[in-house]
Amino acid sequence: MDPLLLLEQAFNGLQFGVMLFLIAAGLTLVFGIMDLVNLAHGALVMIGAYLATTLVAWTDSFILGMILALPATFAVGALVEIVALRTLYRRDHLDQVLATFGLILFFNEVVRIIWGPISLYSGLPDYLSGHVEIIPGAPYPVFRLLIIAVGLAVAAVIYFIVAHTRLGMLIRAGASNNEMVGALGVNIKTLFTFVFALGAVFAGLAGMMLGPLTSVEPGMGEPLLILAFVVIIIGGIGSIRGAFIAAIIVGMSDTMGRVLLPVLLRAFVSDAAADTAGPALASMLIYILMAAILVVRPRGLFPARTG
Amino acid sequence: MNQRQIWLTLATLALFAAVPPLTVVFDQPFYMDVVARIMILAIAAVSLDLILGYGGMVSFGHAAYMGVGAYAVGILSYYGIDNGFLQIPLAMGASALIGLIFGAMSLRTSGVYFIMITLAFAQMLYFLAVSLEEFGGDDGMSAMRSEFAGLLDLNDPLQFYYLIFVCLALILLFLHRLVLSRFGMVIRASRGNERRMQALGFPTYRYKLAAFTIAATLCGLSGALFANLNEFVSPDAMQWTHSGEIMIMVIMGGMGTLIGPVLGAAAFLLLEENLPEWMELIMTNAGEHWAIVMGPILIAIVLFGRGGIHALFARRGGGSHG
Repeated sequence: MDPLLLLEQAFNGLQFGVMLFLIAAGLTLVFGIMDLVNLAHGALVMIGAYLATTLVAWTDSFILGMILALPATFAVGALVEIVALRTLYRRDHLDQVLATFGLILFFNEVVRIIWGPISLYSGLPDYLSGHVEIIPGAPYPVFRLLIIAVGLAVAAVIYFIVAHTRLGMLIRAGASNNEMVGALGVNIKTLFTFVFALGAVFAGLAGMMLGPLTSVEPGMGEPLLILAFVVIIIGGIGSIRGAFIAAIIVGMSDTMGRVLLPVLLRAFVSDAAADTAGPALASMLIYILMAAILVVRPRGLFPARTG
Repeated sequence: MNQRQIWLTLATLALFAAVPPLTVVFDQPFYMDVVARIMILAIAAVSLDLILGYGGMVSFGHAAYMGVGAYAVGILSYYGIDNGFLQIPLAMGASALIGLIFGAMSLRTSGVYFIMITLAFAQMLYFLAVSLEEFGGDDGMSAMRSEFAGLLDLNDPLQFYYLIFVCLALILLFLHRLVLSRFGMVIRASRGNERRMQALGFPTYRYKLAAFTIAATLCGLSGALFANLNEFVSPDAMQWTHSGEIMIMVIMGGMGTLIGPVLGAAAFLLLEENLPEWMELIMTNAGEHWAIVMGPILIAIVLFGRGGIHALFARRGGGSHG
């Protein structure tokens, strides 16, 4: 197999991985600290993408639109937390799943009313739509490289916040015992709102960067949400480090599986059978991987919570 | 199960039995199809309630087993095997096997891991179905109605309707006996305090796995009937939103009861059927956006509607609680 193609796919896998990390980071923080299962997290990906597309069109500047979309997504996230999710923290997981499922229906329909049911396509400015040669002979899209760079930068920022700031200290303390943090005089309500909105920004950022690659449409965040669940199960719920490593594993194995499995199968079975079984097996690969990891470590690779 | 619940169950079943003549009297043949659909989804919902309400296992991938049952019928019919006496047991067997495998792995985890892993496994089957080009892939495949050696003709709406009715009634009877049996008591007690049950010497993992497999098997039957009703099978039956809908039926009706999920299925489908029309009355063209009302209704039911519809009828609450 062509090593250049393999290299290109490795970059695609990395890009998919950091995208998944952006979504999974918010999900795992919200679960770790507030003990909330938020299915509507995928809706925040969608809202980020729509806001960015609209703001890019308004400001007529790709960069400015994207930057303005970040505080806008933060505001939406904070609003959702204050209006709807706050009452759910004390409920059991089943209630949370159902209520946030209702929120998904609501958000998808709101988006359909405001922006219409048709997919939006947001183009890229000229300076981002070209290719660069990473190594001679292997041109790679600039925008995808930018996604990898932004994703890795955000991962570094999250790591810095969680490990080295006062806010991060509160987040870690909240994850192990939030009642105690409240009793020590920290305004837990504001902390929760802030953490949730921060997660919304990361999810929104993923949606913004996804927009130009695919299309912006109602329900676009949901397939990603389930992959993000797989990521945080593998990584261990509540663990940022686990989410990062698992996101890269999932992104890589999904992308590489789709390329390599049909080729590998051809070595063992007939070409026709390999062409049928290859894609089927590739689409199941990450779930099989998840099951295998859970058999060995039922609480994921880096379990953050005990009990 | 108290006296009241038994009467409520019998009354509901009597109402279902009376639907075909009533549709003739009121000249609404369309509603026979709606109620047939309600009963099929009621089978799925009540099977989920066995593990969700009685067993405390929040499985978010129950639609997968409906999909397996439906695809079993579809694939057999694709290869020219139309015999229902073969199709139905194979559909249930396939669901049982998949349920056993998924259950064995999922039940190693608990809490929120269990919710997410059951969701992920269901999604895996969904993507598998999408990638099977031979069986229609994304677009799904058509399925011939099962043949029952001339004993039963599913193309006759009335015979098909009463077949579904009998299946539902038998399943309710079976689950009623199961829940009250020693097995059912172990399942219910494990929901309350699993560690204590283990200390008493019960291998709770095996009991839960058995319950999970039974639920998957019954749901497979519902899928097989669903494929017959639609004469069509598609990956959409396994979509995670469908799993969510079945779960909502259970909660809406009242979990931890047998009749609750049946009432929940009826309420959900009737709401889905009529909500667009009601919204048209308030505002023209509002009907297409019915989900914007459905979403908040779900949230309200979760937040304020403890015990579901069932609690409205049986004020004392389900006998299984506590």
